[in-house]
Amino acid sequence: MLDYTKKESYDRTALRVNPAKTCQPVGAMYAALGVHECLPHSHGSQGCCAFHRMFLTRHFKDPAMASSSSFTEGASVFGGGSNLKTAAKNIFDIYNPRIIAVHTTCLSETIGDDLNSFIQDIDIPEGKFMVHTNTPSYKGSHITGFSNMVDGFIKYLSVSTGKKNGKVTLIPGFTNPGDMREMKRLASTMGVSYTMLPDTSGVMDSPMTGKFEMYPKGGTTVEEIIELGDSNLTLALGKFASELGAQTLKKKCGVPCKTLGLPIGIEKTDEYIMELQAYSQQEVPYELEEERGQLVDVLIDIHPYTYNKKVAIFGDPDTVLGMTQFVLEMGMIPKYIVTGTPGDDFEKEAAELFTKFGVDGCIARAAGDLYQLHQWIKQEGVDLLIGGTHGKHIARAEDIPFVRAGFPIIDRYIHSYMPLVGYKGAMRLAELITNAIMDRQDRDCKEEDFEMVM
Amino acid sequence: MSVAEKVLDQYSSRVYKNRKTHIVEINNNENENQIAANVRTIPGIMTQRGCCYAGCKGVVLGPIKDALQIVHGPIGCSYYAWGTRRHKGKNAEGVDNYLQYSFSTDMQEPDVVFGGEKKLKKAIDEAMELFHPSTIMICSTCPVGLIGDDIHAVAKWAEEKHNIKCIAFSCEGYKGVSQSAGHHIANNQLMKFIIGEGDRKIESKFSVNILGEYNIGGDGWETERILKRIGYEVVSVFTGDSSIEDLKNAHQANLSLVQCHRSINYIAEMIETKYGVPWMKVNFIGVKGTIETLRNIAKYFDNEELTKRTEEVIADELEKIIDDIEYYKTKLKGKTAALYVGGSRSHHYQTLLHDFGVSTVLAGYEFAHRDEYEGREILPFVKEDADSKNIESISVEPDPEKYHLYLQKEVLEKLRDEKLLSYYGGMAKEMEAGTYMVDDLNHFETEEFLKLLKPDIFFSGIKDKFVAQKSGILSRQLHSYDYSGPYSGFRGAVNFARDITMGIYTPAWSFIKAPWKTAPILTGTLGGEQAC
Repeated sequence: MLDYTKKESYDRTALRVNPAKTCQPVGAMYAALGVHECLPHSHGSQGCCAFHRMFLTRHFKDPAMASSSSFTEGASVFGGGSNLKTAAKNIFDIYNPRIIAVHTTCLSETIGDDLNSFIQDIDIPEGKFMVHTNTPSYKGSHITGFSNMVDGFIKYLSVSTGKKNGKVTLIPGFTNPGDMREMKRLASTMGVSYTMLPDTSGVMDSPMTGKFEMYPKGGTTVEEIIELGDSNLTLALGKFASELGAQTLKKKCGVPCKTLGLPIGIEKTDEYIMELQAYSQQEVPYELEEERGQLVDVLIDIHPYTYNKKVAIFGDPDTVLGMTQFVLEMGMIPKYIVTGTPGDDFEKEAAELFTKFGVDGCIARAAGDLYQLHQWIKQEGVDLLIGGTHGKHIARAEDIPFVRAGFPIIDRYIHSYMPLVGYKGAMRLAELITNAIMDRQDRDCKEEDFEMVM
Repeated sequence: MSVAEKVLDQYSSRVYKNRKTHIVEINNNENENQIAANVRTIPGIMTQRGCCYAGCKGVVLGPIKDALQIVHGPIGCSYYAWGTRRHKGKNAEGVDNYLQYSFSTDMQEPDVVFGGEKKLKKAIDEAMELFHPSTIMICSTCPVGLIGDDIHAVAKWAEEKHNIKCIAFSCEGYKGVSQSAGHHIANNQLMKFIIGEGDRKIESKFSVNILGEYNIGGDGWETERILKRIGYEVVSVFTGDSSIEDLKNAHQANLSLVQCHRSINYIAEMIETKYGVPWMKVNFIGVKGTIETLRNIAKYFDNEELTKRTEEVIADELEKIIDDIEYYKTKLKGKTAALYVGGSRSHHYQTLLHDFGVSTVLAGYEFAHRDEYEGREILPFVKEDADSKNIESISVEPDPEKYHLYLQKEVLEKLRDEKLLSYYGGMAKEMEAGTYMVDDLNHFETEEFLKLLKPDIFFSGIKDKFVAQKSGILSRQLHSYDYSGPYSGFRGAVNFARDITMGIYTPAWSFIKAPWKTAPILTGTLGGEQAC
């Protein structure tokens, strides 16, 4: 397995091997699927759209609908204006969405298609909408694309009427429907009324009913997005995925905003709850105190199995930072943490966490890849690997217990229904981690050391 | 109103006019099942098609295990082709295997602005130092063609600097109208730079190439196992579990067997022209298909011992699976299927379904050309359109040294007349009257046809699978085999039947409706009246 990965460090500047990111448009497609009756549209050649739908479908095991401008060589030379126009007409005619959310690819970005003016020239049916964002694949990652699409919805739609509606805008970051449900539950439990944008719960985890719904029940409605301009506060969960949209809403509609980490683990969930409390000015209900107490109870119970265990974590920056903090709270050592997404803040925030918890010799890398992570592991091993499916080769090659958490997980089922966020999500993550470590002990220990009770 | 008319009727006139030509009711039409294919996709129609890059790097080149393939472009294209198509490859002594890796130049904005050649060269240098490959392939993506990076010049540079083979593929995603253009581009380069270079000693005169077999889920291995049992020497497989060295020797075989006509017919024809190796369309999918194929191959080699051995192996293989086949037939007989796959399986799997008494009500291709639908006899009448004109078409001449014929010219002619060689009859001829053939089936049509035709199983890809299943129809993937396989040959037939049987008989289908949806809500009376 991965026989050609060398132990010795080697400074690569051009060759990317086994990336820990993918490109912008799929993030935008995912964000657009979190809007009710929205059809994501990929303005480029159709291969991108096929790949991105495939990526999402494989992760969620659910349909991921999207259309494409289907560029030909001619359009690539002369511009894709007429392709978009034809597409819009066909989409409204045949698929009848409430809103089309257009994103771009490296093709339409390189040729410089002006989406603003294209859309202005398109005859959009009464009561329907068409928005866009620019998602050049050669900048950032899928997380950047997600962030840009959220920004695009707000730019096009949100307006301030001057009258506040008493709601909090929640931007949940690049997370699973299971996470979004949990973040909403916490807000409801705190008595906070909110609008979440985007919200893929009910879309990418829709139930089996015997009838395929092109536009499932879930998703933020267009009206709700328009009304975001009247909300009292925005909580952007995850700096990389959510901050841009929050700032745009502030600039455009004067909605104050706060950026928090994804509420993964104890302290980050505490922060989320405290922000909700600061807004609602109400007591935290006992229900949440009980959940928190259960989580702390569990962490004390399991500490003999987790304490000082070395972990490597890879994936998307907000998720990885959240999980890094949580493993530190569990007494583990986040030896290597890697994201493919570029951005200095990742390494800076990781370094702050290392200092705060007093751990030495840990490395954080933004714009890294799995080849490099594997090299580090070869140099000094870890007890556990946490990340998406693409880590399974390293886990097998180095015989490391592996916990699947993050995007994409394309070789396991059910995960996207289950949260990683909140106290409940932390408890689940703690269970996954402990089970992986304990399964390994059961597999590897001498027969005479095989324990009935652990 | 026919089913097709009911579907088409919902379109605007412009779309109607276009799509009408892509939908054929078999034998119930005036123009002999003629279909429009291999033309541009309608924007916004929600096609299932992919791009030229996918056809080149994803399909034809991807399975070559010892060529280090660098995708020149932003990260997505390389990422999505990483381990997602199940072309299996085994580690073998002395042959590198890079199938677990994804290599990219991960183009950034400055590379788009100032050109990416420098980074590509650096990436090649780094690949050489870390991996020491004997062959590097460069695959371009959308922006590369637009910014004018000369990847072919870089390939030449790499060959000189590193003393390796380096081949560039200009397979930008916007070329052609589908994956198909990418097949052609890959075929051209393999023909120009690899095939014919080998001098491996070929032991048997019963030597074959298997063309258009990508070893999905181990299909190629099952096919090879059967051929080797009979006594054939498999010189090369294009390109499942292949090495560059295998491919180099393809010209030495005495017959090429073409499984996927769409993706490899260019090479099949060119090998024949240049080296005298004829090709035969085969089908190792399905029990009857496999048996017929094995007999056809034996007929070509025309050797008593080989023919005898062929029948022995067929009898033995059949005996081993016959109980399973009979069992699954009882489970599947009378069911109906719709198939929508890329450029070849929609036809081949009808043979396999037929083995189990499953009939086909609709079949379509994403990107096949008219010859896959109507047979190669229509080739002279196929018009090239503007979208595909820029795909290079190369021609080859007989090689003065390496040209060889296994059979006399007259015998070859006779076999050609019998349509045993150089011929593919296409899908339409084997479909029943009144069934449907649809090209570039889009999402709307998928939903509508499924509603109207109500097949028991819809065979398609990952993007369709959950759409069908949400509406209560079993969907099995015929690209990835839902992570199962092999489906080829004798053993594959049993695997296939097992998989669709478990799909149809999964208990969960019976729970779709919650009991309270049909049960009375309250018993007794409500407001003096009987409830429900």
